[in-house]
Amino acid sequence: MPSLIDLRRRIRAVKSTQQITKAMKMIAASRLKRAQDRVVAARPFAQRMLRVLNGLVSRVDQGVHPLLRVPPAGEGRPLLIVISADRGLCGSFNSNVLKAAGQFIVTEGRDREVALGLIGRKSRDFFRRRGFEVLFERVGLFQRLQFGDAVDLADGAMEEFTSGRVSSVYLVYNEFKSVMSQRIVVEQLLPIPRLEDVQEPQGGGVDYLYEPGPQEIFADLLPRHVQVQVYRALIESNAAFYAAQMTAMDAATRNSAEMLESLTLYMNKVRQAAITREIIEVVSGASAT
Amino acid sequence: MALPTKLTLEIVTPDRALLTEEVDEVQVPGSEGNLGILPGHTPLLATLKVGELWYRTGQERHFLAIAFGFVEVRPDRVTILAQVAERAGEIDVTRAEGARKRAEERMSRPVPEMDFDRARIAMMKSLIRLQVANRARTRI
Repeated sequence: MPSLIDLRRRIRAVKSTQQITKAMKMIAASRLKRAQDRVVAARPFAQRMLRVLNGLVSRVDQGVHPLLRVPPAGEGRPLLIVISADRGLCGSFNSNVLKAAGQFIVTEGRDREVALGLIGRKSRDFFRRRGFEVLFERVGLFQRLQFGDAVDLADGAMEEFTSGRVSSVYLVYNEFKSVMSQRIVVEQLLPIPRLEDVQEPQGGGVDYLYEPGPQEIFADLLPRHVQVQVYRALIESNAAFYAAQMTAMDAATRNSAEMLESLTLYMNKVRQAAITREIIEVVSGASAT
Repeated sequence: MALPTKLTLEIVTPDRALLTEEVDEVQVPGSEGNLGILPGHTPLLATLKVGELWYRTGQERHFLAIAFGFVEVRPDRVTILAQVAERAGEIDVTRAEGARKRAEERMSRPVPEMDFDRARIAMMKSLIRLQVANRARTRI
């Protein structure tokens, strides 16, 4: 039977852990709010962009642009950009991404190597420890995430692709579905999946003047489209991270409350037993004389 | 069909929706030259360069610094998607001044591996920012 002092010490330890997890939960919640706002704020830009691109599709020849060129099968290797977080204590957030990345490497990389681009400390540590060849890595990106960061990343990936060093580029990241759930997505970034010629229901068939010509505008928009895709993936992943952390820390706080309760009960029983024993000793000592 | 008398101006950047407003006139820095847009303009799609944008409501003119993107014009609305857009009042003058100095320095002492285009764009951005910020101050 553990001594009273041991139990007290144990309770104190659990209590201070609980305070930490509670604080972390609160911090995650407030950051989540901000991250969510960014996701919402980025939506109009992406939507309008896609609308304009879709409107252009019917007027241009999609085959000519280098970002749309599908390389012949078996040529070059794919690039996988893994977006994880810099920190842990967020449930299965990181391990899910890493698992999906591992799966991708196994299925895609059966007969060729997969180049890796790693974002976030967790994915970098994971793949570096296992001796994978890494094309580029970014750590600490999420502390001050800006559109410019996404532009740098996207430009790097486009450079790799157009120069022919990689045959395709994929993103794997956590999509923010709701506070309670994140979904892993593997998305093809390059070559850009063929755009659909969607006619807008309202205002359909508006005949625009183009300045410069549609082909030039199209060529100007495609790289920006890629940048926006990368940016969206980054902020989605960021929001999903805080959601996962908040949920994980909430669960931890509740678990420690449960633990405190059972420990306190046990401690009281031990104390009671000690008192009873002492009384018996006193009584039996008195009756012996 | 009667021509609309007002334009709904909408400026969106990747970070945020900057503004939505009813205006009388807009001038944007198109890549082939400045475009003045009045209500009832023909539908137009144009790319933008680094430059100064202004819009007018009544007698009041507002200035913005803008960099890259494109503009979609319809008879009653103008939508601008830009990578960077800042109101005249929001521009950090000291920062822009520092950026201009840095870019100037880099361009005056070219080294072989330098990305000249990048320095030039940085220069243009800072110049436009300063110009727009100046407008805001002279108006007050």
